[in-house]
Amino acid sequence: MTAQQIIFLVVGFVTLGSALMVVTSHNLIHAALWLVSTLFGVAIIYTLLNAGFLAVVQVVVYIGAIAILFIFAVMLTRKDMRDQSPQLNKNWWVGALLAVVTFGGLFFLLQSWSGFSRTAADLPSGFDAIGRLGEALVSPDAFVLPFEVASVLLMAALVGAVYLAFNRK
Amino acid sequence: MNFWNDPLKVAADWSMEILTGWGMPEVGARVLIAFLGVFLLIAVLMVLDIFLVWIERKVVARFQDRIGPNRLGPFGLIQPFADIIKLLIKEDITPTGADKVVYNIAPMLSMMSVLILWAAVPLAPVILGVDLNVGILFLIAAGAIGTLSIIMAGWSSNNKFAMVGAFRQVAVMISFEVPMLAMLLIPTVLSGSMGMNSIIQAQYPIPFVLLSPLGALIFLIAAIAELGRAPFDLAEGESELVSGYNIEYSGMKFGMFYAGELLHAFTFGGFWSILFFGGYGLFGLEKIPALMWLNNPFINIFTLIAKAMIGYWIIMWVKYTMLRIRIDHMLAFNWKFLTPLSFVLLMMTALLNVLLRDGSTWLYISGMFLSNVLLAWTALEIARTYSRREREKVEGSKHSLGAVEGVAEAHH
Repeated sequence: MTAQQIIFLVVGFVTLGSALMVVTSHNLIHAALWLVSTLFGVAIIYTLLNAGFLAVVQVVVYIGAIAILFIFAVMLTRKDMRDQSPQLNKNWWVGALLAVVTFGGLFFLLQSWSGFSRTAADLPSGFDAIGRLGEALVSPDAFVLPFEVASVLLMAALVGAVYLAFNRK
Repeated sequence: MNFWNDPLKVAADWSMEILTGWGMPEVGARVLIAFLGVFLLIAVLMVLDIFLVWIERKVVARFQDRIGPNRLGPFGLIQPFADIIKLLIKEDITPTGADKVVYNIAPMLSMMSVLILWAAVPLAPVILGVDLNVGILFLIAAGAIGTLSIIMAGWSSNNKFAMVGAFRQVAVMISFEVPMLAMLLIPTVLSGSMGMNSIIQAQYPIPFVLLSPLGALIFLIAAIAELGRAPFDLAEGESELVSGYNIEYSGMKFGMFYAGELLHAFTFGGFWSILFFGGYGLFGLEKIPALMWLNNPFINIFTLIAKAMIGYWIIMWVKYTMLRIRIDHMLAFNWKFLTPLSFVLLMMTALLNVLLRDGSTWLYISGMFLSNVLLAWTALEIARTYSRREREKVEGSKHSLGAVEGVAEAHH
């Protein structure tokens, strides 16, 4: 086993364990903090895959913005911030079943892919991953259309939020 | 390649030889050496932190026309050690109803979010933890962990002052992150890279502060807000919140927050110098043939530390001379003034950079500089007009209110 595989296994278990704690923790703030731990684990997996840019963006966007806003929302909407409520309702087994089925389906699909059991090749030295990503996002024969569609969607959400919050005097 | 030109590599090779000579496997030796390197960096930073306490106290004393610590040792230099001993032997109190695990993790995360920044700081071309190709985003990512630590501290203390302080601080941090990120993109646009080392090297011979003085200023404002120092220290707000998010912490746990804040201020001084003042470079002096000996890692480290200290001094200067701003004013200042201004500045810089870069150097510098000045003036004029109208509205309504009261009094 290489060092990378050991790190992957450790990080994978920590990520999965934290994800389990997110859905079973009785305290909503604790659940949000476990979510932070899960997202951090995903960022480390990105790093193991040589995707440093995605790893940092994962931390900036998901931990720095989304998880913090989750915590804010919980703190602003709950009367007592230490309340303990049952986290699972009676349909919990449906969710668990769906998760297992999704995992099994993905596993089955990916098994037929040739790269499934190969280890990742090292990037050639001097490979400008960020430059390539940036070019791919704006080049017409790559992802310019999805990129622009996503931008328009976010813009619409922004305008909608401003409209809802706007206070006419 | 001798010790004076690349000390880290020589030291690493030397320890590698010794460790493998003792029969250690090469992978294990490499991990151990990397660990020792990290340990050394953190140890140096923590010792520096102790002296930052002394510097901060001395500088604030001078600003307030006092002498500052002067009893223990020459110039009071031993005072910070006495402070640390005091912090260490203080009783460690955990409030009832506190969430123990979260309460104890928060100060560690706070310190970590500062120390982790130094992994990407190039002290010299060859002395750096790692030359990340996303170095600039790394700064924001570490800031995210700092935000998290504050909200954890505020919530887990089970104290309403701590809670309100944390709310305010986090509101400030996530809003000022937006102009800060936009200003971090200016060195990226100008240098064509996100790596710290390439940004520094792109600033020869023109430091980016000449190309984007407004960008440097906005970055400084956003950095001070991110630090939660005056005029943005309403999370601390002694007169209303006592101390803010860290009110329940005692002893060394409070010390971690305090030392973390000082080191953070110094670190932002360092980033300011890296992004806009050429980092470890000496403004082109080191490229003059007679002064080639300045291209030494030790001189580079000294240069960067000196520039970071100047940045830290400016941050202190602002802190000890400005008044606290009210939270709604501060958020309005960010969202209605600083954020639009920084986006306009970013777009203008990107456009002018492409248009002027290939022309003559003097035209490039003066064009970029003057466009920044013009933009700053326009923004201030718009803000002035807007605020005058607001003030007239408020004063006008007060007037009419006063008139109504006068009429009521006359009736009586």
